[in-house]
Amino acid sequence: MSNIKYILGHFEDPDDLMHGIEKLQENSVSIYDVYTPMPIHGIEDKLGIKRSRLGKVAFGFGLTGTITAISMITYMLVIDWPMNIGGKPHFAFPDFIPIMFELTVLFAAFGMVGTYFFVNHLAPGRAPRVMDLRATNDRFVIAIDARTNTSHDQIDSILKEAGAVEIKHNERKYVSYE
Amino acid sequence: MSSHHESILREPLVTGENITYSKVTEDILVPVENKPNKAWWIGFIVSALGAGLWVFSVSWTFWFGIGEWGLNKTVGWAWDITGFVWWVGIGHAGTLISAVLLLFRQNWRNSINRSAEAMTIFAVICAASYIISHMGRPWLFTWALPLPNQFGSLWVNFNSPLVWDVFAISTYFSVSLVFWYTGLLPDIATIRDRAAGARRRIYSILSFGWNGSVKTWQRFELVSLILAGVSTPLVLSVHTIVSMDFATSLVPGWHTTIFPPYFVAGAIFSGFAMVQTLLLITRKVMNFENYITMFHIESMNKIIILTGSIVGVAYLTELFIAWYSGVEYEQYAFLNRVSGPYWWAYWIMMTCNVISPQLFWFKKIRTSIALSWLLSIVVNIGMWFERFVIIVTSLHRDYLPSSWVMFYPSWVDVGVFIGSIGVFFTLFLLFLRVLPAIAMAEVKLLLKSSSDQAKKKLIAEKAVNRVEAEYYLESLEKYDSISPNVAELQKV
Repeated sequence: MSNIKYILGHFEDPDDLMHGIEKLQENSVSIYDVYTPMPIHGIEDKLGIKRSRLGKVAFGFGLTGTITAISMITYMLVIDWPMNIGGKPHFAFPDFIPIMFELTVLFAAFGMVGTYFFVNHLAPGRAPRVMDLRATNDRFVIAIDARTNTSHDQIDSILKEAGAVEIKHNERKYVSYE
Repeated sequence: MSSHHESILREPLVTGENITYSKVTEDILVPVENKPNKAWWIGFIVSALGAGLWVFSVSWTFWFGIGEWGLNKTVGWAWDITGFVWWVGIGHAGTLISAVLLLFRQNWRNSINRSAEAMTIFAVICAASYIISHMGRPWLFTWALPLPNQFGSLWVNFNSPLVWDVFAISTYFSVSLVFWYTGLLPDIATIRDRAAGARRRIYSILSFGWNGSVKTWQRFELVSLILAGVSTPLVLSVHTIVSMDFATSLVPGWHTTIFPPYFVAGAIFSGFAMVQTLLLITRKVMNFENYITMFHIESMNKIIILTGSIVGVAYLTELFIAWYSGVEYEQYAFLNRVSGPYWWAYWIMMTCNVISPQLFWFKKIRTSIALSWLLSIVVNIGMWFERFVIIVTSLHRDYLPSSWVMFYPSWVDVGVFIGSIGVFFTLFLLFLRVLPAIAMAEVKLLLKSSSDQAKKKLIAEKAVNRVEAEYYLESLEKYDSISPNVAELQKV
């Protein structure tokens, strides 16, 4: 067996890429991942990727923020140091709403983005796992695991027929950054 | 899907011939990957001198205290809060473009959102610096936060809009920063993969290891959408709360319920004017004419007319309600604004904010770059005067006529204000130098559907109705980036 780890099909056009994915799937070639310089709408359905649950995460964090705000303000102004302001109630709920809202937004935004970075392994200084340097510029790249899909010639011809402009057989998974 | 063509009737968002995905990258990265040109250096040196003036004036304020400003015992808020509200307002357009226009699926935001958001962040930095320096003892700024302390834990008063403002501004700043930076990741990765050596290493750290896989993009889009969803009410809440700093007081001229919507409209108005001021120069100096087109300029001018008119209606409503309320203090406050010793400030405000933006009803003016730029400066001046009028003319004649005074700024006031403009432009110019000023990935999305070349291709293929094609070609006349091509018209 050869040392080829991944086969990369380069496309210049997102529509050709979609066509390429269809063709590969018709021939039951499994796709490892697709790297693109911009989001491709509809690709997740084609690859069978489920809807992201980040919306629910954001809601959960937002709710945490709301509860944090109301409990903090209630503790400080009602329980710990109640102040008589013109005989008005200590629990002045309408006045608490602005900060409850702000903390909801703050927690939702930071919680969701933090979760996003965590699940996608995005962190400052993390070595980029990039298979091809042009995938962030002008190439739409389909990566196929060459070990599980053994008929390399067939894959090459499928990619070529679908409109791939370049096909690479890589012996290393990621382009290395020294 | 990317192959989905939009209606031929819509004007193109990207112009130019033979624009490929790599051409987009190259055009936009020219200022980032090359040594800056002369125009950049001149701008940078002038701005850096301004920033130096700011450092000096703010240090002076910190050292000698705010007695160095022109404040007196009647006018306790003047250029500081004027500058603060002015800067926060300017920041609002960035969030409006990146969040509200995203929710409304306005694709023209794609090429201006990045620099507008950067502008938001720098404007809020300028605004926050005013807050810190107007405290008098800035090292005690932590007293505005609900932190345990040695006074038996005397907490902040959560019933006060000033405390709401602390939360609103800090949330606004940090959420805007997160929104902006998350959006930058794919573009930083593009720079990283084209760079070499130390630059690659730096951009590699900044890119967080972005690789553009399907799941990264899928979640990225959802994150952007939700951030837009939470930023939209956030941006409205911020200026609402800023207006409540005034509206919940009992000062005549401030104590009005119209303030929140009126301030929000004014903020968007001044923000779009500042976006216009910055982008018209940026597009010229950086050669972005194909990405920031006449359609973008005209659309922003239309928003300026809309929000300018809302502001105008608010001014007139204020006057009417002051008279209609029957409250003599309220009536006097407005009479004093219109015809008192600060009448000139009021009429500068009226002229710059209400009258001159109406010139944008004329298409000739709306699509003229020089006039758009000039009017955007006029709006910026007008909006500064609006805040000055609201703050100083309401304060300078209070309930006790013996304490009626005028406000005269000291050189420190002027230094902090001019200096803050210097800080803003210094940051903006540095941003243009190191980060892509246009969101490349988002512009690439438009290439197959909304670009002039894609539409011209459809026309050449005779895939569209002839009448509609003619309509489209006629709409291109206003574009300065498309040379009038009579042959194309005949070809149809």
